[in-house]
Amino acid sequence: MWIIAPLLCGLVFGAGLLISGMVQPTKVLGFLDIFGAWDPSLLVVMVAALAVSVPGFMLADRSARPWFGGQYFRPGKSGIDLPLVTGAAMFGVGWGLVGLCPGPALESLATLSPGIIVFVVAMAAGMMAHDAWQQSRLTAQRSRELASAADG
Amino acid sequence: MANFTPVSAAIGGALIGLSAVLLMLSTGRIAGISGIFSGLLNLRGEDKGWRIAFLAGLMLAPVIAGWIGHGMATPALPANWAVIVAAGLLVGFGTRLGGGCTSGHGICGVARLSPRSVAATAIFMVVAIVTVAVTRHVLGG
Repeated sequence: MWIIAPLLCGLVFGAGLLISGMVQPTKVLGFLDIFGAWDPSLLVVMVAALAVSVPGFMLADRSARPWFGGQYFRPGKSGIDLPLVTGAAMFGVGWGLVGLCPGPALESLATLSPGIIVFVVAMAAGMMAHDAWQQSRLTAQRSRELASAADG
Repeated sequence: MANFTPVSAAIGGALIGLSAVLLMLSTGRIAGISGIFSGLLNLRGEDKGWRIAFLAGLMLAPVIAGWIGHGMATPALPANWAVIVAAGLLVGFGTRLGGGCTSGHGICGVARLSPRSVAATAIFMVVAIVTVAVTRHVLGG
C-alpha cells in the first residue's frame, strides 16, 4: 500500500499547480516578463511553498527513516560546478521560450494537447541525449585509463 | 499587475510545498519532477514504482478537477513547432545536466538551504527572464 503515498503526493502537487495557475504557460510567462505587464504570482507560489517545505524538510532531517522504510535520498548541496551552471542556463532558455517546465508539462499531458505531447517527447529526447552523452564520456574515460594502465 | 492572483498562488504554493514534504517523509525522495521523470527513461528495472505513482497522481489532478467542474484549459503554446521542440530539448538536456528544475532545485533544494540549488534557481530564473525579454521586447514576438 506504500504506493498510495507517492500517488497522493503527485495529486497534491498537481492540485497546487492547477490552483496556483502555474500549469498555464501564460501565467508563468507573465511572471518572467518583468518588462511587460508583470504578474508576481509565481513569486508568491515559491514563498508559500518554502513556508511549508523549510520546516517540513527540517522535520525530515530529524527522523532516521522515511515512514514506509528504505532510506532518505538526499542530493549533495555543495559544488557549484560548470554542469550545474550550464544546465540551469539551458533550462532557463527552454523555460523562457514557452513557459513550460517539467511538472506543468507532464500534468498537461492530461489535456492531450498536441503541442504538449510534442514538448514532452522533445524533453524526454533531451534527457536521453544527455544520459547517452554522459555514458559515452564515461566509457571513453575508462578506456583511456585502461590504455594508460597497460602502458604503465 | 492586473493578472496578479496572490490568494490562489499562496494556496497552490502551500500545496506544492506540502507535497514535497510528504514525499520526503513518506518515501525519502526529493519531489523533483525532472529527476522523477528521467528515472523512467532508462531500461533498468529498479526503482520505477514510486515514480510512476507520483506522475500518475500529477496527471490525475486535472482529470479529477474536471469531474468537479474545474476542467483545465488547454495550455497556450507558441504556434511555431520548431520553438516547442527546441524548448523541450533544452528543458530536457538542461535539467539533466543541471540536476534539477523548478521543483527539485527551486522548491526542495532551496528549502534544504542547498547552495547548489540556490545557484541553479537564480541562474534559470535570470536566464528565463532574459529569454522572455529578448523574445517579447527585442524581437517583438
